[in-house]
Amino acid sequence: MTSSISLDSAKPARGHAIARVLENRLPYLIIAPAILILLLVGLFPLIYSLVVSFQHVTMTENDRSFVGLMNYAELFRDARLWEALGHTAIITVIALPLELLIGFLMAQLFIDRMLGRQVFVALLVLPTVISPIVAGATWRLMFDVRFGPVGEILSFFAGEPVRILWTVNPSFVYPAIIICEVWQWSPFMFLLLLAALSNVDQSQLEAAELDGASYFRVLRAIVLPSIAPVIAVACLIRGLDLVRIFDIIWALTEGGPGSMTETISLYTYVQGFSQFETSYTAAIAFLVIALLTVITTVVLKRMELAR
Amino acid sequence: MTFAMLPRRKTRILALRYVGAIVLTLIFLFPVYWLFMISFKTPDEIYHVPPLWVPGQIQFSNYYVLFKDGDVVAIANSLIVAGVSSVVAIILGTLCAYSLARFGTGGENLAMWIISQRMIPPIAVVFPIFLIYVYFGMVDGFFGLILLYTAFNLPYVIWMMRGYIIDVPLELEESALVDGLNRWQVIWKVVFPMVRPGLMATSVFTFVFAWNDFLFALVLTRTEVITFPVQLTHYFGGQSNFWAKIAAMSVLGTLPIFVAVSVMQRYLVRGISLGAVKG
Repeated sequence: MTSSISLDSAKPARGHAIARVLENRLPYLIIAPAILILLLVGLFPLIYSLVVSFQHVTMTENDRSFVGLMNYAELFRDARLWEALGHTAIITVIALPLELLIGFLMAQLFIDRMLGRQVFVALLVLPTVISPIVAGATWRLMFDVRFGPVGEILSFFAGEPVRILWTVNPSFVYPAIIICEVWQWSPFMFLLLLAALSNVDQSQLEAAELDGASYFRVLRAIVLPSIAPVIAVACLIRGLDLVRIFDIIWALTEGGPGSMTETISLYTYVQGFSQFETSYTAAIAFLVIALLTVITTVVLKRMELAR
Repeated sequence: MTFAMLPRRKTRILALRYVGAIVLTLIFLFPVYWLFMISFKTPDEIYHVPPLWVPGQIQFSNYYVLFKDGDVVAIANSLIVAGVSSVVAIILGTLCAYSLARFGTGGENLAMWIISQRMIPPIAVVFPIFLIYVYFGMVDGFFGLILLYTAFNLPYVIWMMRGYIIDVPLELEESALVDGLNRWQVIWKVVFPMVRPGLMATSVFTFVFAWNDFLFALVLTRTEVITFPVQLTHYFGGQSNFWAKIAAMSVLGTLPIFVAVSVMQRYLVRGISLGAVKG
């Protein structure tokens, strides 16, 4: 795919020495600043974290002696950590398929040409691009028990006053988070699937239609196999985002009530910035990285197998 | 099935699709509508039970308050941080992408390492970065935040621009070299005009990512360079929320995104899928 130009052919016929050096070293000169910044801000903190995770450093005591795997062993005894992982899993496992399904249905609705399609798509995509903090704030206003419209709309359909403390009541915090999450990200799935669906081979679809194949048969035999790679990529992107979900929950419930909706990112934040457990936070961070790496590898492997 | 065969059925399906499209749009846009409406309401209207669907009149006092109290500084901070970091990331990232695409510098491994940087969860690095920033006195300053957003947008820019640059026909560059242009001139006069649309789209997304970030801004700002998402969370209280400010600030913080995205609509798919789906 990448064909490279030999540098010799690019040598200028004339020009002074500095220009020539700039020219000959160019591939490395222009790559250097970006790589330097990535190493500095991307890799350096990771290495720092890795070292600290084998020590016992907190904000108050700066004991630099190595304690081996103590912090990692502690991970297994930390009930709140596993609860946080559980909360993260619940949100991911429910929200991801919902987003995929709703996104797919939306894409089906708009796959054929219709007047004003561009406008509809542009409007529907808005939730995806706004800040997750704004999305969370918006739904907090929507869900408000006295002044929010959600209760009002539900009351209208129920025929009696419905008063739900969405962001406080233990039975409703997860639905609240998932509604907000699905509202914001279904349009993302929609956009990717719409692009994928419009790339499906039209002649195959027409042939199947002539043969009188049913909608679901066409879907299973032709459409799904051809959009499977896009579905996989979309699920991977969203899955990784869901595992590190932070902003929406911060804006909606702040992890409450109690620590009922505390996800792994929120828990890491609490350990780092209110408990000041430097070393332990680093250990959690590597647990998260390991988790995401495993997910990514498994998905990518399956994608390759599917090909 | 041709249109002439079953015109009535076709028309009915189309009508149903329009109904579906309109209902769907209403549902998805209602929260956005609600946000805008609250931002125009008076306090009496905001705290009215049952909620009012339309404000009595459009008035801007909620916005005026943001300006009077100086809260809009957060928007200005966001503009500076997201703007400068996008420009820097675009320049450095595009150059790096050119090297990767045309000279194959570092091979596939370097390209994969760069994209893997994008997968690092912010929560895993934010704490060490915070400690390092404290050490160097970079907390609550523009430089630190700009550096961070630049670093976190670089993998995205490099990955996207590498794709756009590979799409530029190699012959164009070769003939320009034969004509006596040096490599810098080739980049500026041949490649840049070709990738300009992709570059614009990438810049917009870079800006949006930096603009929307909350976690880094939450940790690394105190009072001086508070960005708008952090400012927004300050309006939530235990018992009372400053609804008027929440709504007005959200609208102010969302308008630039609306404008940017409507302009860049045709690049949306490629932009948000890291180019995995070419839109």
